[in-house]
Amino acid sequence: MQGSSSTNNNILTVEHLTMRFGGLVAINDLSFAAKRGEITALIGPNGAGKTTVFNCITGFYKPTEGMITLHESSGKTHLLERMPDFQITAKAKVARTFQNIRLFSGMTVLENLLVAQHNKLMRASGFTILGLLGLKTYKEASRNSIELARHWLEKADLLQRADDPAGDLPYGAQRRLEIARAMCTGPELLCLDEPAAGLNPRESAALNKLLLDIRQDTGTSTLLIEHDMSVVMEISDHVVVLEYGQKISDGNPDFVKNDPKVIAAYLGVEDEDEIDIPVIREDLKAVGKGKKGEAR
Amino acid sequence: MASNNTRPDAPLPANQSADYGYALKEAMYAGLITLGMFVLFIGLKTDQNIRNELILVPRWGLLAIFVIIAAVGRFAYIAWLGPAMASGKAAKSRKVVSTEKSFLAQHWTKLAIVFLFLYPALVGGSLKWVDNFGIQILIYVMLAWGLNIVVGLAGLLDLGYVAFYAVGAYSYALLSEHLGLSFWLLLPMAGILSAMWGIILGFPVLRLRGDYLAIVTLAFGEIIRLVLINWTEVTKGTFGISSIKKADFFGWFTFNIADPNYIGKVFDIAPSGTYYKIFLYYLILLLALLTAFVTLRLRKMPIGRAWEALREDEVACRSLGINTTNTKLTAFATGAMFGGFAGSFFAARQGFVSPESFIFLESAVILAIVVLGGMGSLTGIAIAAVVMIGGTEILRELTFLKAIFGEGFTPELYRMLLFGVAMVMVMIWKPRGFVGNRTPTAFLFERKEVSGSFTTEGHG
Repeated sequence: MQGSSSTNNNILTVEHLTMRFGGLVAINDLSFAAKRGEITALIGPNGAGKTTVFNCITGFYKPTEGMITLHESSGKTHLLERMPDFQITAKAKVARTFQNIRLFSGMTVLENLLVAQHNKLMRASGFTILGLLGLKTYKEASRNSIELARHWLEKADLLQRADDPAGDLPYGAQRRLEIARAMCTGPELLCLDEPAAGLNPRESAALNKLLLDIRQDTGTSTLLIEHDMSVVMEISDHVVVLEYGQKISDGNPDFVKNDPKVIAAYLGVEDEDEIDIPVIREDLKAVGKGKKGEAR
Repeated sequence: MASNNTRPDAPLPANQSADYGYALKEAMYAGLITLGMFVLFIGLKTDQNIRNELILVPRWGLLAIFVIIAAVGRFAYIAWLGPAMASGKAAKSRKVVSTEKSFLAQHWTKLAIVFLFLYPALVGGSLKWVDNFGIQILIYVMLAWGLNIVVGLAGLLDLGYVAFYAVGAYSYALLSEHLGLSFWLLLPMAGILSAMWGIILGFPVLRLRGDYLAIVTLAFGEIIRLVLINWTEVTKGTFGISSIKKADFFGWFTFNIADPNYIGKVFDIAPSGTYYKIFLYYLILLLALLTAFVTLRLRKMPIGRAWEALREDEVACRSLGINTTNTKLTAFATGAMFGGFAGSFFAARQGFVSPESFIFLESAVILAIVVLGGMGSLTGIAIAAVVMIGGTEILRELTFLKAIFGEGFTPELYRMLLFGVAMVMVMIWKPRGFVGNRTPTAFLFERKEVSGSFTTEGHG
């Protein structure tokens, strides 16, 4: 935010990250940093390795090489590539959502948010034993957890559906619920894998508002994979572009949008007429206009 | 809804309201088909006469009975039953679901518990009803509620649950024989030992899911049984351990007629075996209620929610920082612990344990109760246990069938067949079990049941 480039200001630094699946190199020597309190977008054509980067950060894959460091605001650092996946959320406070929504569909919306507060509640219940005896501390923690869930339900505009099964929600609401659930873990870094995929323009606008709210109110940093350029360009402070597992551009949205390498990656270079993808070109153009019109 | 209320019954389609001509035609077809099918099977019987010659014995009367049953049945179905069912269905769809629950619906759990406590008095202390039905069913209720934690809540398919039952039973039998400890000390010990075995089983199978988990748990159940058979120095093999000490009433009085503080001597009443049965009935009732109470409490705790979340989606659980390893182990251990309690009760009740009691069929029956009842639902499972265990017992008494099929008919042989048919029918009508809905553990505004179509069965 202050524009200083000291490492203290980075919440996440990825250095020389390489991920190979057998002979396939999904990510090759990728380095980038995400700043605290900012929304960092990770974009790139299909198959560029974006989700693989996510899976490495959140521990679902163990990277072949490289170092992923998370700097907590308290000053603690965690080497994510060495931690098991559940501890990355529990200890390093990194929460994530999934490209194909993964909710607990048979549990209610509220229960989904309570499951997300598992570790906190486990401690409060003395790892179940004290809670079974009906201790006060657990009852209070339980009340607080419902209040926190209510807070995020309001933010995600899901309060009215709190007692419905999560599987019964429409698609857009499920996306918002997944983000709310991730926020209930109390993360410092929120990783969103294509949160706007399959949303209509109105839902997409609501999502933008939710993400900006999260940044403003909680100071949570966000790392975002997205194909929807209107979302990326509107809300992100910093964009990293991947192609074939390598970083081809890194900077603020305006810089990236005009980077010839990015345009080439999305539109092709030599045989421009033949492999022209008009949809994306128009998308980029439209975004460009939107960006200029937007008052900062 | 409102417009539907004001409108009276919609007229039934004309051809549904008792079209006797059509029904008669259908009945004739049914009769003909039956005749064609059974003429050789029933109508003619090959037999040997006194000179060892093969002769044909015609049984036209019996064949006629079959044909008439089919024709009359078809006629009744088309003419009366079909329309009645259709109008019933239509009436059901028009009916407004009342939001006010009846007194019975609101308090029926309490009523059921009161009934269970009064049950021995209601049946007049009849040994058959207290022992063969009451205790037998309650043991299975408790076992199924224990397994429900593993299968119904955590979604881990366990085919070897009977192993923990065996560990509990043998723990009690061996420790009471060698150490002479009392039932009340050994009951928790048996539970702890079973839980320990649950964890020992849990560790290697944690990375397995679904079918693979089922196979390994099945193998584990068999291993325990084979160890019990072959480790003869300790377990006496297939002979089993007999004359296991009976449970006592906290040392106040016992049920051994030779003891100085036998119940008959303490209260100065006539000696009888009934006291012990009634005592066992209340003991297993309290143990089962403890299982239910703990399960209900745990469901509202973070660990219980984590179990259910694990059943719904394991990857999402890990993304929320839940240690799925520990969560699975606690599910295994808790389920196994209740199996161990039930096992030590079983040993105290029978006074005899042998590996014969812990075969795979037992695991299968317990699992069938859980699935039939509706995974995760305590009420459904209790109903299923009554139907499965009580049903097989009551089917022993099909003597009225002798009146139909003649004196040579042995109804006992058909009980398993009838039972299988009944199970298939239940699964067709209620594929999610008797109680398929899930009750949420927390709510903001109102508690709404979650339909079974949203919940998942778990993948291991």
